[in-house]
Amino acid sequence: MKIVAAMSGGVDSAVAAARIAEEGHEVIGVHLALSSNPQKYRSGARGCCTIEDSHDARRAADMIGIPFYIWDMAEEFHDSVVENFIEEYANGRTPNPCLRCNEKIKFAAVLERAKGLGFDAVATGHYAQMRETERGRLMYRAVDPGKDQSYVLAVLNEEQLSGALFPLGDTVKDHVRIEAKKRGLYVANKPDSHDICFIPSGNNAGWLRDRLGSESGPIVDEDGTQVGEHQGAYTYTIGQRRGLNLSVPTEGGIPRYVLKIEPKSNTVVVGAREALAISHIEGEKAIWCGPLPELGMAHRGHAQVRAHGTALPCEYRTDGVSIVAELDEPLFGLATGQGLVIYDGDRVVGSATVNATK
Amino acid sequence: MAIYMDHAATTPMLPAAINAYSRQMAEIGNASSLHAQGRAVRKAVEESRELIARAAGCDATEIIFTGSGTEANNLAIKGFYWSNPKKNTIVVSTIEHHAVLDPIQWLEDHENAKVIYAPVDSCGVVNLEALAKIVDENRGQIALIAVMHSNNEVGSLQPISEVVNIAGDIPVHTDAVQSFGKVVFDFAALGVTSATVSAHKLGGPLGVAALILKRGLDITPLLHGGGQERDIRSSTVNAPGIVSFATAVDQTLMNLRDNYFKVSELANQLRNAIKTSIPTAIFNGADSERLPGIVNVTFPGTKSETLLVRLDLAGVSASQGSACSAGVQRPSHVLLAMGICEDDADATIRFSLGSASTQEDINTVAKVIADVVEKAKL
Repeated sequence: MKIVAAMSGGVDSAVAAARIAEEGHEVIGVHLALSSNPQKYRSGARGCCTIEDSHDARRAADMIGIPFYIWDMAEEFHDSVVENFIEEYANGRTPNPCLRCNEKIKFAAVLERAKGLGFDAVATGHYAQMRETERGRLMYRAVDPGKDQSYVLAVLNEEQLSGALFPLGDTVKDHVRIEAKKRGLYVANKPDSHDICFIPSGNNAGWLRDRLGSESGPIVDEDGTQVGEHQGAYTYTIGQRRGLNLSVPTEGGIPRYVLKIEPKSNTVVVGAREALAISHIEGEKAIWCGPLPELGMAHRGHAQVRAHGTALPCEYRTDGVSIVAELDEPLFGLATGQGLVIYDGDRVVGSATVNATK
Repeated sequence: MAIYMDHAATTPMLPAAINAYSRQMAEIGNASSLHAQGRAVRKAVEESRELIARAAGCDATEIIFTGSGTEANNLAIKGFYWSNPKKNTIVVSTIEHHAVLDPIQWLEDHENAKVIYAPVDSCGVVNLEALAKIVDENRGQIALIAVMHSNNEVGSLQPISEVVNIAGDIPVHTDAVQSFGKVVFDFAALGVTSATVSAHKLGGPLGVAALILKRGLDITPLLHGGGQERDIRSSTVNAPGIVSFATAVDQTLMNLRDNYFKVSELANQLRNAIKTSIPTAIFNGADSERLPGIVNVTFPGTKSETLLVRLDLAGVSASQGSACSAGVQRPSHVLLAMGICEDDADATIRFSLGSASTQEDINTVAKVIADVVEKAKL
């Protein structure tokens, strides 16, 4: 096969590229430049597209012995991921930009460019497994539960998955680091990246404030009584408890949590933890990673709403474009805009964007 | 091995220059020492300086060796600006290399310089009328005028003598890195105040270049220390680099005429081959007086990034003309300054040929170009 290995400059994608090159495929390494004004240095565990990272990726490609290129995807990334991120927050929702990046950039724009160059697939260092089954090529969780990234890949449809390779899905992270060392890849000890790559400061609230303004507004309790003031409603997240600076204490000092964000009235609603409990989740814009479940029927499965959250037993139905999940046990605090991913055991069924909860 | 079509980026070292480099590396002695070994090294350095001076039409004392063309440009620009505190304006053409544009930009950001950009025409040649107007309107304030001798991306030669006439007593710096060794370059005849030349563009080693600076002029140094080069540039003299530089200059200048015609002919064949395969191809800067080896071509509807990757995979090494530190290609400021739209600028690549280029190189490109361009269409 002819394969494009997406190389972030980190240890995972370097080992993934090394593995497929060793299997004898024709491989080129590609680093995505996602910022038109990249930071020079990587700071701790943040960011993944600094100039330093692109150098690390190049050195890894040199050592593996594959050609290496940098593809400028800054414009596409800004339009599909960063703009979407800002817009979702402006609408009082909490988006996950990694989902959007996989959906629109890594396995869309990049895959398209790779195919245009005559390549068959894009390989990444994501932790997930693709398995050939009687029902086709399906996606499963990685063997390392601590690193499993199938959640952020659940936005890929069958066609995208047919051009996707995840060479690390069968390996635990510690072994990937050991393998990197054995292969002489000096990125072996590089820290894992976390947080949002395009907010290198890690200060998401400040970053949003710079773009959406900081119009203050009321923080109210469930009765509508004002209990505090905020500096921009979108900098809050459902379920948030810290940093609310409420001026009116509750009886008995019971902590309050963000229950709701109302962008139109610029209001943040807070209340007791119990009020966060939800067991009914509706998601829109469904994407299926394999065969479509039978429409209208109730199916047993697991719902996961955060990248490293627990999979919660549930019953779900779909009409093909939306998904409704009824959880067996309630969960606390779920913002709209987050990804709802449905699993059947370890298999990823599909995903949707949360648009209502009860 | 891939076909090398990027001679303007750097060109292979000449065997004689490699020999000269190795021989001099085996010699001991610091050229600034008074003892026998030092004197021997000094002699080799000064003979080299005289040889390069003859080739460049300047006095030996006018040559200040530096570590790179970028350093020489920085030294001239900052040096002239700092040594003339009463004048704060710098006039520069819009198509300079970053090694000229960026130090000027830095002076604007950090040292209160006022920068005026002199426009170019659609062939990539500086507009003399516009330049004359700028100079007239700001005459008393201008510390320096910088116009390159030839452009590295499109190859257009600049009317430097006319620029010098317009400048009158204002210092003129010309970046001649691409010209020296490829077309006639005569420092004294041009009348410029300073010029940059570099070894690795003409078959010499990396890490050695020179600022040619009119004798008697003292500009503020960038590097302070032993004062080895006319008290304007300090550092232990790089004898092997300089001796090798001189050897490359000697060989290149001896063959200048032959190489000029050979490389021009190959470049013409390349243009014809491209035109035959891709009739919509546009050759930028083709109507100006030009360097022989540069073929800058737009393939409308493509992306240069894709073209270059496809060419690389097909075994042809070309480039976009300049690359930033992250390796990300941006539409060229040179093409934009020539009035080319962003889409076309982004669909442009540069083939650059050198004296080592061969007929087979052209044939190989002719074979693959149609397929590469077809598959790079958006």
